[in-house]
Amino acid sequence: MSVAALRGAKTETLTGFVSKTFAIVGVEIAKLRRDPTDLFSRAVQPALWMLVFGQVFSHTRAIPTGNVRYMDFMAPGILAQSVLFTSIFYGLSAIWERDLGILQKYLVSPAPRGALVLGKALSAGARGLAQATIVYVLALALGVRVSWSPLGLLGVILTVVVGAAFFSTLSLIIACIVRSRERFMGIGQVLTMPLFFASNAIYPVSMMPGWLQVLSKGNPLTYEVDLLRSLMIPGAVATMHLGLDAAVLSGSTFLFILIASQMYPRLGT
Amino acid sequence: MADIPRSRSSILEVRGLTRRFDGFIAVDHVTFSVGEGEVLGLVGLNGAGKTTLIKMLITLLPPSEGSAVVCGYDLRREPAMVRRTIGYVPQLVSVDGDLTGRENLQIYARLYDVPGAERASRVDQALRFMDLADVGDKLVRAYSGGMVRRLEIAQSMLHRPHLLFLDEPTFGLDPVARASVWRHILELRNNFGATILLTTHLLDEVEELCDRMAIMTHGKLAAIGTVEELRQQVGPDAPLDEVFVHFAGTHEQEGEFRAAARLRRTGRRLG
Repeated sequence: MSVAALRGAKTETLTGFVSKTFAIVGVEIAKLRRDPTDLFSRAVQPALWMLVFGQVFSHTRAIPTGNVRYMDFMAPGILAQSVLFTSIFYGLSAIWERDLGILQKYLVSPAPRGALVLGKALSAGARGLAQATIVYVLALALGVRVSWSPLGLLGVILTVVVGAAFFSTLSLIIACIVRSRERFMGIGQVLTMPLFFASNAIYPVSMMPGWLQVLSKGNPLTYEVDLLRSLMIPGAVATMHLGLDAAVLSGSTFLFILIASQMYPRLGT
Repeated sequence: MADIPRSRSSILEVRGLTRRFDGFIAVDHVTFSVGEGEVLGLVGLNGAGKTTLIKMLITLLPPSEGSAVVCGYDLRREPAMVRRTIGYVPQLVSVDGDLTGRENLQIYARLYDVPGAERASRVDQALRFMDLADVGDKLVRAYSGGMVRRLEIAQSMLHRPHLLFLDEPTFGLDPVARASVWRHILELRNNFGATILLTTHLLDEVEELCDRMAIMTHGKLAAIGTVEELRQQVGPDAPLDEVFVHFAGTHEQEGEFRAAARLRRTGRRLG
């Protein structure tokens, strides 16, 4: 084929973008199916939070949770937390793929950077859903009354996917900045607990001191938990407007995916 | 190996390509071209700039200066189009051990826009061509070093690239695996007319596979030509390693610790 004929190669289409995004997601799903042990080891932490922390605080009745029981109140918070804790390490796996040479091959392929980053974000979403299933089982076992309305469940699924996408993309951005496993581990540890505690996951924002209330309003986890709580628990009411929650969470996810798409190629250099 | 007439249209034109890192020049105004169907071996001591040069040509690293035209596309202005026309096998082990060989190929068939109806047959064909058909559904973690390399070459060929970059394709392989990778590279070239640019430390690899060799030293291109042409400049009966030392020098580069550690890891995984 002559060099001139090569110039006819086509440019990216929407279906091509979607297909490439799901090629990346497919990798994650194949791995999840093949080795689900990871899911079970990750079930330990939420189980401990609900069994120990949840049971104790249910008895003290120290936390004002309105007309829902404390266990019901905290279950969506623990769901969000366990998805956060898995998603926040996606940057580490990107660094690992860089060290292996897989990331470089992704970057040399014609896949748009946005499709690669979105693919990773939705991979975190898929893993988040598997995680959510486990938290639901735990919650049911502990007598949490969850809503089974189809619309509510659909809302929970969407929220978990978008929440996982947000925190995995945040993690990817950090990976693009620090570029090494050692530095990433340090930052990952420093980040997760403050995100968790500066949110409404296990206590309402109204209980927090003023400065923490301000921080929690800037924390997307707060909006995620607010959404999950009102969708998952009958009788729980969103403390902020549901539309605001959804807008903040999806808006910041979209913004972070744009930023990460710009930064992702830096990992490959 | 057949001499490539210079008049043949070139698939890669590199003009004064340069890359600086914090004041040090990794690749220094390199100029050369590669003709269609040619296999060019890029050799040089560690740290001579081979990998940096390749990284620029495959769009991973933006050049500081200079230009290149890859398969008719300008490297700096049309990187997305360049990516569609090239294939790349990194020095590192770049397949996913938790997936099967077939799954590893399927991802790239999609990333490279192989039409849905053709994907399965293209993947099957690639497995057969690389003698991996009977292990295609096994997890890659069970593969030998040579099988991993062949799978990687299969991945890079799925979209029928016009120019293939192989970064040390036989690094860390035992002689038997190396011979099999060589045989498959030659078949690629003979059956598909693939143009190949490969880096290597092995001079017998150059003799076995390459039409021409390019020698890099301190970021510069010290010499380029057929083995015979370069030999003539040193002495009529000079052994190839003498030719290499003549152009590349013997100065050992101060390698980065990280790079050395990474190479050893790759070697261990393949070996």
